Amino acid sequence: MSPSYVKRVSARKKHWQQGLYNVIVYVIVLIFFLPVIWIILTSMRPEVEVNARPPIFLPQKLVFDSFIHLFGAGHAEKSVPFYNYLGNSLFASLLSTALALTIGTLSGYSFARFRFKGSNSTFIGMMLARSIPGIAVSLPLFILFARLGLLDKKMGLSLAYTAMNIPFTTWLMQGFFKDIPADLDEAAQIDGCSRWQSFTRIDLPLALPGLAASGIFAFLTSWNEFQIASVLTRTPASKTFPVGLYDFTQQFTVDWRGMCAMSVVMLVPAIVFVLLTQRQLVRGLTFGAFK
Amino acid sequence: MIRSIREGRQRFFDRNIALLMILPAIIIVTVLIVVPMVYSFYLSLTNLNLLHPSRARFIGFKNYLKLLEDPIFWRSLMNTVIFMGVAVNVEFFLGLILAQLIFKVTRGQSTVRTAIMAPMMFAPVLVGFQFKWFFNDQVGLVNNLIYFFTGEYHLIPWLINYPLNLFALLAAEIWMSTPFMVIILLAGLVSLPVEPFEAAAVDGASSWQQFRYITLPLIGPFTYIAMVIRSLDLGRAYDLVRIMTAGGPANRSEMIWTYTFRLAITDNKFGMGTAMSFVTVVLSFAFVIYLFRQLAKSRQEVY
Repeated sequence: MSPSYVKRVSARKKHWQQGLYNVIVYVIVLIFFLPVIWIILTSMRPEVEVNARPPIFLPQKLVFDSFIHLFGAGHAEKSVPFYNYLGNSLFASLLSTALALTIGTLSGYSFARFRFKGSNSTFIGMMLARSIPGIAVSLPLFILFARLGLLDKKMGLSLAYTAMNIPFTTWLMQGFFKDIPADLDEAAQIDGCSRWQSFTRIDLPLALPGLAASGIFAFLTSWNEFQIASVLTRTPASKTFPVGLYDFTQQFTVDWRGMCAMSVVMLVPAIVFVLLTQRQLVRGLTFGAFK
Repeated sequence: MIRSIREGRQRFFDRNIALLMILPAIIIVTVLIVVPMVYSFYLSLTNLNLLHPSRARFIGFKNYLKLLEDPIFWRSLMNTVIFMGVAVNVEFFLGLILAQLIFKVTRGQSTVRTAIMAPMMFAPVLVGFQFKWFFNDQVGLVNNLIYFFTGEYHLIPWLINYPLNLFALLAAEIWMSTPFMVIILLAGLVSLPVEPFEAAAVDGASSWQQFRYITLPLIGPFTYIAMVIRSLDLGRAYDLVRIMTAGGPANRSEMIWTYTFRLAITDNKFGMGTAMSFVTVVLSFAFVIYLFRQLAKSRQEVY
């Protein structure tokens, strides 16, 4: 990864010096990582340790009460409608991702390959739509959805998420398609492919990594979304995990351990996706703006 | 005959493919974002109150004038400017230092890169709840750690007193977003050409001089891209503030987003809330357009 000049310079450096440097950087990065470890440990420690003073760093023993309680196994006294939240979160995230990915890929391709009257201003308009804070969109949607009977429905939430995800997906896919040489399209069209065929047979397969990255982005955006959900959802019929976290707070007390357990569950898809697609993720974050 | 119709249809599709492919995106964004925002602008000109929806009347720009006279509006604006200004700058400098540090790690660099991405896996809501707990005055980890190291227990009201709660919010925001800066700036560092550094080393430039006069200017476009995406995600900080302090106590940590929510939903003054939301939208647009201009400019300078 590091360019050759770094290697040459470090080869001249004393070996232990570079080793010490590495260790110092490890420690600094670990500081950023510590809250993650703390949350996972908290979800698995005995109740008495959670708010112990002075703090107990390593749990005396690992217990899984909080998870058992969350999943409602064994006894029925479940305080949080976990499976409702899980179902709603999955429904809204998956549906909006599928829709936004299909629609955003089409429009991204069009922006990358074709120039037409007003294409530039349409593109800028899309990017401005992306920068509208979710809270600002959710207010009129609240009134409109109430009239259309979409309030507190997971379908309504999914539609809102689809609209919020389309501009960013368009932007990402546009970058990925621009990286594919247009010569390939032209060659295919000379050989008798229609424009649509050259899109489905040439460009789409080549853009698969980009498609995966965009899909993950859209999924995680919806999975983690809070602003719109906090306005448009009211009951377990449509509440998702981020809104559901509030269930652990009562008037004066908070069940921090239970909350940590649900946080760990929420983290699972993010961790899996990030580990699977690290390379595309970095490309996606910089949205193909440079190579 | 049939064949020619099909061919004609094919030709129509091919000729208009650019528009046809964009159409679904335009329709959805128009129906679910543009139309609601126009409707929202209309609502901001009424005195709609969710408790008495039938009494709503058109009142022109009165809501906006009322906002201008509202001291809490100005406080929320000031808090937002301070919050974003400090956060983006600290995140950038921390990110640059960390990226530079990680770039020169010789062993296990990819593991380090993965580890630094950990905060990015967190939903902002999760970060909010976790830091609310860490900074809790009774049972929080921060006060607890101070006790652990000094042996004295102080009930420091992190989330209650004014400059302290802004500090707590900033700590959460900086922890959450610095890794993003690191990743983008690292991508920038990796892409830099080697020759200028070699030439500078031959000429005897110190590593600080190399950083100041080669790395910093060359990395400019990456800086602006990072800033553009951060500002596109401007509203993300809403989640943090809403959960950690909800703008309180007594509006002391109010930001423009939390004040929007408070006016429209908590206080039921929907007309005022939508007026406030338009102010936030206009400010976001201005910021994004400004940064895009800077991005275009910095690109021209480099190439």
